[in-house]
Amino acid sequence: MPAHMQNEIEKLKKRILSLCATVETNLWAAVRSIAERDSNRAQEVIQNDSKIDNMEIDVEEDCLKILALHQPVAVDLRFIVAVLKINNDLERIGDLAVNIAERAAYLADKPPVNMSFDFVDMAEKVQTMLKNSLDALVNLDTDLAHAVCGADDTIDALNRRVYLEVEKATKKNFDQIPSLLHLLSVSRHLERIADHATNIAEDVIYMVDGRITRHKTESYK
Amino acid sequence: MQNNKSGVLESVSRRRKNKGKLNLIMDRQKQSKSESLNNKDTAECACSIVEAEDFSFYYGSTMGVKNITMEVFPCSVTAIIGPSGCGKSTFLRAINRINDLIPNTRIEGTLLVNGHDIYAKKTNLVNLRQQVGMVFQKPNPFPKSIFDNIAYGPRLQGTTKGSKLQQIVEESLKAAALWEEVKDDLRKSALALSGGQQQRLCIARALATRPSVLLMDEPCSALDPIATGKIEDLIEQLKSDYTIVIVTHNMQQAARVSERTAFFCLGELIEYDFTPKIFRNPGKKQTEDYITGRFG
Repeated sequence: MPAHMQNEIEKLKKRILSLCATVETNLWAAVRSIAERDSNRAQEVIQNDSKIDNMEIDVEEDCLKILALHQPVAVDLRFIVAVLKINNDLERIGDLAVNIAERAAYLADKPPVNMSFDFVDMAEKVQTMLKNSLDALVNLDTDLAHAVCGADDTIDALNRRVYLEVEKATKKNFDQIPSLLHLLSVSRHLERIADHATNIAEDVIYMVDGRITRHKTESYK
Repeated sequence: MQNNKSGVLESVSRRRKNKGKLNLIMDRQKQSKSESLNNKDTAECACSIVEAEDFSFYYGSTMGVKNITMEVFPCSVTAIIGPSGCGKSTFLRAINRINDLIPNTRIEGTLLVNGHDIYAKKTNLVNLRQQVGMVFQKPNPFPKSIFDNIAYGPRLQGTTKGSKLQQIVEESLKAAALWEEVKDDLRKSALALSGGQQQRLCIARALATRPSVLLMDEPCSALDPIATGKIEDLIEQLKSDYTIVIVTHNMQQAARVSERTAFFCLGELIEYDFTPKIFRNPGKKQTEDYITGRFG
């Protein structure tokens, strides 16, 4: 690879990894703010999002620059295309972390709800999916990426369980309906984050193998 | 010319039928290969117009190309890429036997054009080169008028009638997208044209003998980007009527103009596939290393 293109790609790798780390940290903080009913931490998550937005723009500009100036092909082309898409997914995960933090800020001063569901467990599973998808990106590990795609079904099932639990709880605790609806939103946001992590894993598979695995759930099994 | 084309197809079709079961297997392989590709990537043709089978070419004891087996499909553009000295020009020049001009050369295997073994003893080289035209890296018009450059081939073929020659010159210059620029001064010396115009004149000269295959050996490497763009547009237009094989060092050009790309290295054919596949997800590491500039 020509040295000038190599330098640009190395720079882009550093930028996307930095964005990965920031998004992961913000999601972790958003989940903690729910678990610990910590509105201050929730506010930090909301404020940090502008940093993620700026990083997303920088990554996109770097990708466009490489496409325009170096006309990458084959593995380099797939890398740039994958980074463009992963960049988009990471920015959306950042937004969903903000949404979770907003729910946390609302719930912080409300009485705890009577619901037999472990949100922390669901959040940890989603965080693990995101971490694994980013590890798959860093290590170009398609086995790990396939595992992430397979794990999405578990999160979908948990989200459905939350819906049923919330439905049951609303019938018993009318005064907690607003809080329950906020918790339902949190579950929905976590489920969407898992979808974005799955997208990232699919893009890693495309980047490494050149195969498009989207919309082919049977291939994860 | 249409009759000529259908004649080519019929001849190849007859030959392929005679080859029997092997071809059926090859066709199935081709079918499954094309099914695995995106529809946009495929430009499926029924049969090949140039077919090399275990073809090797030697300059004395030095090997030029080794065991090349590939098919070139009609009415399409096939690009040959590879590092210097990999044998791509040797293979291209072997298709109209212009390498015969070099002493102490020999071949092994077979090379068929329109179903005929062109290295068979009975091959008429004049007819072969009429069927397989060539355009070189540097524009090389004859030191004659524009008209005489184009009419040179048809005159050799025995066309002497003025109106017929006039018609051939006009058609050839139109096909080479040069007519509008030179129609008012066909008696002007061809050497007075710009480099890009000279190259299109050479293409028109090659088209004047109504070839079925047009070989292009780095046809744009001596041209500026504007003239290069015109030649590439011309290739796009010509491929509906002609089979074009182009050797180029410019990989973006290969990606832009061709349907299929062959990657040669050290005299061997490493990979031959649809161009979008080669440039998005090549099957061989060597190909990927070359096109991404990691080679060596």
